[in-house]
Amino acid sequence: MATETLHHDAHADEHEHHHDAGATKVFGFWVYLMSDLVIFGSLFATYAVLMRGTAGGPTGADIFELPLILFGTFALLISSFTFGMGVLAMNANRVGQVKMWLVVTFLLGLCFLGMEVYEFHHLIHEGYGPDRSGFLSAFFTLVGTHGLHVTFGMIWILVMLVQLSTKGLNDKTRPRILCLSLFWHFLDIVWICVFSFVYLMGVL
Amino acid sequence: MSSSSQPSGHGSVKSYVTGLILSLVLTVIPFGAVMLGSFSLPVNVGIIVVTAILQILVQLVMFMHLDFKTEEGWNMLSFVFTVAILALVVGGSLWIMQHLHLNMMIG
Repeated sequence: MATETLHHDAHADEHEHHHDAGATKVFGFWVYLMSDLVIFGSLFATYAVLMRGTAGGPTGADIFELPLILFGTFALLISSFTFGMGVLAMNANRVGQVKMWLVVTFLLGLCFLGMEVYEFHHLIHEGYGPDRSGFLSAFFTLVGTHGLHVTFGMIWILVMLVQLSTKGLNDKTRPRILCLSLFWHFLDIVWICVFSFVYLMGVL
Repeated sequence: MSSSSQPSGHGSVKSYVTGLILSLVLTVIPFGAVMLGSFSLPVNVGIIVVTAILQILVQLVMFMHLDFKTEEGWNMLSFVFTVAILALVVGGSLWIMQHLHLNMMIG
């Protein structure tokens, strides 16, 4: 009887462990995102402090092009939605649809990144690079760090597309897709702060 | 794209569509207010801050499904803790630098 209980418990534990492993990974990733949020918070604080240090150079109102930013913002917001649809497709076990939504998300991310590369290239070409003033240093660091995150998110999307093609949906790939979806939504939240407090406030 | 096979707590097509529409509206409002330039400065700042906060809540609730239930509330607890740290870092920096600025009489 005792051994039977033990055996039963061990079996139950194993099952529980198996079930919880994915959830634990996603929670661990969530904790990482929170620490990443602190990094962005310190970059925002740096920007807020250096914002007026233009050293005779341009201010935000001189260089920010809102229509361009609005385009990039729409691309990123819609990509957050398309990734959500991908997660729903994953829950419904439709691997083909998951891949389709990941590709759409990747393309929208590419639109956003294209907007940002164009903006940075344009600014540096005009002589308003990060070396021009404290304001521009802080601006390039903050917006560039976000752009770098988006770039890594897009590389991760490509990796997941390969893994979905070779491994399909299983206990290993599912938590990865969930972590990536959290990462992607998280970048959206950071961008909301960037366009609100850097671009819109900067133009006022 | 059926949401019926989906257990509650992980979102549905409806919640994602609602989230998308809300986030697009909450983006158009501040951009419109600033680009049209028909409001005074305090009103514009108010619009930007309020829509940004609402927008972040939409992302957290509709897309990331942050609630008090998953992982027995540890997700929410770590988020609240991080927001407290952010308030200290960002608010504290601004506070200190503002005083420094005044005392140094720069500009």
